[in-house]
Amino acid sequence: MSGFSMPSFSGPCRVLKFDADKCVGCNLCVDACPLDVMIPNPEPGLEPIVVFAEECWFCGGCVQECPHGAITLIFPAKQRISTIFKRKDTGEEFRIGQKKPMPPNIVPPSGE
Amino acid sequence: MNWHEYVNATGKVPAWPYEINYGREHVIKTDVLIIGGGVAGIRAAISAKQHGATVAVADRGAAKYSGAGGAGVDHWHGAVLNPCSKITPRQYSDVAMYCDDGYCNGSMRYIVGKEGWDTLLELEKWGMQIRDVKDEFVGSIFRDDETKLMFAYDVDNKHCLRVWGNNIKRVAFAEAKRLGVDIYDRICIFSLLTEGGVQGARVCGALGVHDRTGEFYIFRCKAAVVATGGGSRIGGLAPELNAASAMGDLNLTGIGHTIGWKAGAQLVMMEQAGTYGGGFGYTPYSMGNSDNTYQGAPTVDYNGKPIAFATRYGKLLDDYRDVFRTSNPDTFVLGHGIGVSFLKPGSANDYEATHLDPKIGEKVRSGEFKMPLYNDFTDLSDLDRRAIYNLMLAHEGKCRVPIFETWNEAGFDPARDLLQCVITTPDTLYARPGWVGINAGPNNWFSPGSGGYLTDWRLQSTIPGLFVAGGRPIFGGGCHGESHTTGRYSGRQAAAFARANDFAEANPEQIKKEKDAAYTPVNNKGDIGWKELNYAIARVMADYCGHVKTEEVLNLGLKRLADMRESEGERTFVNNPHELARMVEDYSFFDLGQCYIEAAKARKASSNILRFTRIDYPEVDPEEWHKLIPLSLKDGEVVAGSLDCWFYKKGPYSEDLESNYVKYAELD
Ligand SMILES: Cc1cc2nc3c(=O)[nH]c(=O)nc-3n(C[C@H](O)[C@H](O)[C@H](O)COP(=O)(O)OP(=O)(O)OC[C@H]3O[C@@H](n4cnc5c(N)ncnc54)[C@H](O)[C@@H]3O)c2cc1C
Ligand code: SF4
Ligand code: SF4
Repeated sequence: MSGFSMPSFSGPCRVLKFDADKCVGCNLCVDACPLDVMIPNPEPGLEPIVVFAEECWFCGGCVQECPHGAITLIFPAKQRISTIFKRKDTGEEFRIGQKKPMPPNIVPPSGE
Repeated sequence: MNWHEYVNATGKVPAWPYEINYGREHVIKTDVLIIGGGVAGIRAAISAKQHGATVAVADRGAAKYSGAGGAGVDHWHGAVLNPCSKITPRQYSDVAMYCDDGYCNGSMRYIVGKEGWDTLLELEKWGMQIRDVKDEFVGSIFRDDETKLMFAYDVDNKHCLRVWGNNIKRVAFAEAKRLGVDIYDRICIFSLLTEGGVQGARVCGALGVHDRTGEFYIFRCKAAVVATGGGSRIGGLAPELNAASAMGDLNLTGIGHTIGWKAGAQLVMMEQAGTYGGGFGYTPYSMGNSDNTYQGAPTVDYNGKPIAFATRYGKLLDDYRDVFRTSNPDTFVLGHGIGVSFLKPGSANDYEATHLDPKIGEKVRSGEFKMPLYNDFTDLSDLDRRAIYNLMLAHEGKCRVPIFETWNEAGFDPARDLLQCVITTPDTLYARPGWVGINAGPNNWFSPGSGGYLTDWRLQSTIPGLFVAGGRPIFGGGCHGESHTTGRYSGRQAAAFARANDFAEANPEQIKKEKDAAYTPVNNKGDIGWKELNYAIARVMADYCGHVKTEEVLNLGLKRLADMRESEGERTFVNNPHELARMVEDYSFFDLGQCYIEAAKARKASSNILRFTRIDYPEVDPEEWHKLIPLSLKDGEVVAGSLDCWFYKKGPYSEDLESNYVKYAELD
C-alpha cells in the first residue's frame, strides 16, 4: 500500500457533502461562497473541491445557490455533539450525526 | 469532494484554478466607491445610484451572500415609524443613549428611527416578506390584523418587527444589479487614499488586492462609504472560533476601521471591550435559550420542571403574553442585539426585555432545578410555537440551512422534542440567556466593542467625503435594520458630496509604498503563514490589551506589535492569492491593534458601560471621564481629543433632533 504526505487539518475537513448524481459541475456554488472555500474541479462537470474547509462559516449560501440540491452542510463533530434533542414523552435523546439517524421531520419555513 | 480526497484519488495537488498576476494594476474611476458589499454597502450603493452617481462596490467576499447579514434576518429593529408603533424616533434615540449612558450614537439612532420603516418598505417592494401575507398567524398575540405586521419583544409598543428575511441579501443584491451598480467581488481593500496622501485630508480612493488573481486594484472616487462590518479576528483565530460558532466570518476583520485610522479619521470608543468575539462556543442558535430569536421559549429543567420568566424587577410571570411586555408600563422594550449594553449602573434597566427567573442560579445550587435545562416548545400553542420556530428560526441569519433544515433532517419535532440548553454556570443562564452559548471565552480575552468612526449628522467621518454605514464601522453599535438604513442614508450623502466635488489627486508615493508592503509575502518567500501571524497578533492583544490594562502593559503591547511588524511581518510567505489577501488582513491588525491600545491608553479611568478596566485607574465612571475620546493620527502622531457624549444636540447642532435631521439629511 502507498499513501501521500499531507498536512493534517486543525479543524473540520468535511464541511460540505456533494451528491455526485445531482451535481453537474456548474460551479455556481464556488462563485457564491463569500469565503471562497471551494475551487472548481479541474475535471469539467465534476463536483467542486473544498480547499479551505476551515474557513467555511456554515452560512448555507452554497446550498441555497445550487440549482440541483446537490449540497449538504456537515457540521464539525464538536457542534454535532452539542445540539441535543430529547423526546418529551419517552426521554429518548438524539442529535445530528448519530450512528442510527432518526427519520427526518420536515417542518416548512413560514412564508414559503 | 475534499482536497485530501482529491489528492488521494488522483495523486495530484490541484493547480490554482485562476490565473495569477501578482501586482498587475487595474484603475477604476467612479463617483462613489462603496467599501464592503454587506447589507449596509449594498444599500448605500443602491441609494447613491438612485441619486445619480456612478457607483462601484468592492466586496471582500461575493456580495450576493457576504457579510454577517448575508444569510438572513428575523428581527427588524428601529422601524419605529411603522403604522402600529407607539414609539417615536426621538424616544428610540434617547432611550438607546440612556441605556448606554451616553456611550452610543444618538444621531445615528435618530436617523434610523426616521428612515428604518421606509427602508424596510423598499425591501418589501423588492421581494422580501415583511407581513403575514399568507395569514399563517391569524389570532397570534404578535400580529396586527390590519397591517398583518408581526412584532417582537414588545407586543404593546410594536416598534420591533418579525421579518421573513432569509432572502434579504439576495433581494437587495438583485436590486443593485438591476440598477447597474458595478460590483467587484473578492477584493480585499486595505488602504484609503486621501488628497496628496495627507492624513485627515479629503478621501479620493482606496487600494485592494484580488483574492483569486492577486491583482492590484486602485479605486479613484469623489466620495466613499466604509461599510465593512465588524471583526474580531484580531482577538483570536481558530476554526471553531471563526467558522461554525461565529457571528461573523473570517472576511470580517475590522479592516474598515484600520483604513480610516491610517488615513487620519477620528475614531471613538475603541477602548470599549466586547462581550464576545465569536467565542469558543456553539453554532449560533443551535442551543436552547430564551433570548433574541428564541425570546419567550419556555424553559424547563432536567426533570421537566418549568422555569418562569420574570420582569426586570424579579416578578415571576404566569401569562405568556407578559413575556413580551415591558417591566415598567412607563417604558418600552428596546430589544436585544442592537449594540446597546443596558449596563447603565445601578438600574435594573427598565427598557430591557424579560429574562428567566433571576433566582435561577440559587435554585440550581439548592437543587430545586436540575441541570441541564431545555427549551420546551411542546406546550406552546401551535401559533406561538410557529412564531418562534417556523418564522424566527427559519429566517434568522445563518439559520435556514445550518439549523432549520439540518434539524428537519435530523428528525427534530418542536411539537414533541425538547432542545438542550448550554451547560454553563447557573448565574450566567440569567445574565446572558441567549448569547452565552455562542460567546463564552477564555479569561484573558481581547474582544472589540462598539468603537468606530466618529460620525456627524450626515454620517460623515472627520475625513471629508468619507461616509460610514453599518452597525460596526459607525461608533455606538447597531444591527441589521440599522445597517440597511444607515447604508441607504450614507449612499445618498455620498452622492450629494460627489455632485459638489470633483476628483482629488492621491499621492503616487503613497500608492507605491502601500503596494510594496502588501506584496511583501509574495516577494519575500519567508516562513510564516497567515494563520501563524494571526495567532501571534491575537496573543499580543490578549496579553497586553485584555484583562490586564495598565500604562506599562499597554506600552509594551505597542512595542510588541511594532516589533513583530518589523520581524515576523517581514518573514511571511503565501501559497496563492487567497492566502495573500488573508495575509494583507493580518498586516492590517498591526495598525488596528495600535488603535485599540492607544484608545485604551487614552482613557485613564475604568468604565462599567465600556466594559473597560484599567488596573492603574480603578475608579469606575468618574464624571470627568464621562465623555468620548476622539482618537486619530496626524502626521503619524496620535492625537486624543475630548467630546461630550451628547455632542449631536449641542454646539453647532440643535437640541431639537428633528431640525438637525431636516437640515442635514439631504432629503429629496
Ligand atoms: C447569525 C446572525 C444573525 C443575526 N440576526 C440579526 C437579527 O435578527 N436582527 C438584527 O438586527 N441583526 C442581526 N444580526 C446582525 C446583522 O446581521 C449585522 O448587524 C449586519 O449584517 C451588519 O451589516 P453590515 O453591512 O454593516 O456588515 P456585514 O453584513 O457584516 O457586511 C460587511 C461586508 O464588508 C465586506 N468587507 C469586509 N472587509 C472588507 C475589505 N477589506 N474589503 C472589501 N470588503 C470588505 C464583507 O465581505 C461584507 O460583505 C445577525 C448576525 C448574525 C451573524
Ligand atoms: S452549484 Fe450544485 S450543481 Fe453546481 S457545482 Fe455546485 S454542487 Fe454542483
Ligand atoms: S456554507 Fe457558506 S462559507 Fe461554507 S462553503 Fe457554503 S457558502 Fe461557503
